[in-house]
Amino acid sequence: MSTIELEKPNTATAQVGAAMVALSDLPRRAPRVRSRQLFPSEPKGWLVATLAAGIVIALFATWQLLADADVVDTFFWSKPSMVWDSAVIAFSNGTMLGDTLFTFTSTIAGFVLGVVGGAVMGLSFWWSRLYARTSEPLLIAVEAMPKLALAPMIVLALGIGIESKIAMATALVIIIQVLNTHTAVRAVDRDLQTLLYSLGASRWQVFTKVVVPSTIPSVVASFRVSIGLALTGAIVGEYIGSQEGLGKMIQFAASSFDISLIWVGVFTLGILSFVLYLAVLLLEKVLLRAIRG
Amino acid sequence: MTITAPVPHSTQQSDLTVTNLTRIFTAPDGTETRALVDASFTAKPGEFLSIIGPSGCGKSTLFNAVAGLDQPTSGDISINGSPIVGQQGHVGYLLQKDLLLPWRSVLGNVTIGLEVSGVSKKRANEIALPMLQAYGLGEFVNHRPDQLSGGMRQRAALLRTILFNRDVILLDEPFGKLDAQTRATMQEWLLDLWDDFQKTVVFVTHDIDEAIYLSDRVIVMSPRPGRIIAELPVHLDRPRKPAVVTSARFIDLKTEILDLLATGQN
Repeated sequence: MSTIELEKPNTATAQVGAAMVALSDLPRRAPRVRSRQLFPSEPKGWLVATLAAGIVIALFATWQLLADADVVDTFFWSKPSMVWDSAVIAFSNGTMLGDTLFTFTSTIAGFVLGVVGGAVMGLSFWWSRLYARTSEPLLIAVEAMPKLALAPMIVLALGIGIESKIAMATALVIIIQVLNTHTAVRAVDRDLQTLLYSLGASRWQVFTKVVVPSTIPSVVASFRVSIGLALTGAIVGEYIGSQEGLGKMIQFAASSFDISLIWVGVFTLGILSFVLYLAVLLLEKVLLRAIRG
Repeated sequence: MTITAPVPHSTQQSDLTVTNLTRIFTAPDGTETRALVDASFTAKPGEFLSIIGPSGCGKSTLFNAVAGLDQPTSGDISINGSPIVGQQGHVGYLLQKDLLLPWRSVLGNVTIGLEVSGVSKKRANEIALPMLQAYGLGEFVNHRPDQLSGGMRQRAALLRTILFNRDVILLDEPFGKLDAQTRATMQEWLLDLWDDFQKTVVFVTHDIDEAIYLSDRVIVMSPRPGRIIAELPVHLDRPRKPAVVTSARFIDLKTEILDLLATGQN
């Protein structure tokens, strides 16, 4: 039997044979010798912090030196020593702390309203596909529209008090939060919902025991983007018209050509947004532990 | 106000009767798929009944209908004579995946059936904790599902089904994804559990050995359109030893089922 097999011309075997010969003729790359590990190890925390601080100090030092050497025009760009003097005056004469608190308050209020409102609305889409499908194009249209363009109208309608700033912050946060929550709602595992239904659960029970806990991680993940948006909304509201706030203060400094004071406002805003970001990270941890614990 | 359970609680055992059950799925373009045709069987109180058949024989369709998750095209399903078509919560149903909620502890997962039925968390935990201890999950009470091995996850899912406290439970290939050794351990574990609780069990599997080893009776189904082609009693004494798989009776039954499945394919 085997002899018969051998005598039959087998094209497949002939082709494979040719390929094997071709493969054996190919040159092989010399083995690579590696002295370092394949994936770089994580750097030490103190080293990262020192380097980051070093870069900031170097930037300010360069700025100061260039300004002292008259390379940088302090009339337009000011310099760190002048900014520091302005900061000491601004914080000691009183309005600065009030302005920071005002911006902080409107940002937090707008963030909370936007996040809660957005999450509630996004979650509500679970209840009806018709409602969700109808709302979706409208939401995307609103999202695509630059909401900052609404600022003058909002300030006219709600006045120059804190309400218009909160409204601006909320407007920026809420839509993105709705869309993110809706995406998360649609991704909720259908089998987990089926399991609950098989246990005789009501729709409300499926909603509270499966849908809400499933979406919390992505709702919380969009907090980081939302806090920045809330701050932007609050500042723009203050630019349009306000009695208080860091935005108003920067506007005022610009109109009186006080460049150092503008820098004081900008750096305070930077520190404020950094603090808010850290606070949101903490909130994230607390919320995630609450559903997992 | 007292909370009434959605299903009258009964301590006696129950039978499950399926009569002429047919499910035809109609696609939007009008083509019909006959997933299950004229299936009839009865699971006697406290019986361990296995259903075996190739992929696409309508086993999952059958289970979804019995669990009330899907409306059959025609036919009746009843427990102790009362119809349950289209009603959820009459049977404990373990779907193919373990479906443990990843954010809940093992304890939180196994008590969810009681929780949905309106039992207080405290009471549910009082009932569940000794059971978790007794059935090998004692040290994992506060673990999350992702910290458990496949076998332990499946134990938790099975205990969740038992703790739902219904007389009839449906198990859809519960050990399908486990390795051979874990599967053997789990089979013994399931038999212990069944012995203790005297539930009426309907068990779907692809594994002929598993079906014979565990069951009082085996139902064989044909591929699409799914229909029942045989009902074979398993005359093997209990408790069964793992070596029973080499006995003549076991082999004869296995041969018969293999033949039925082979002819059913045509």
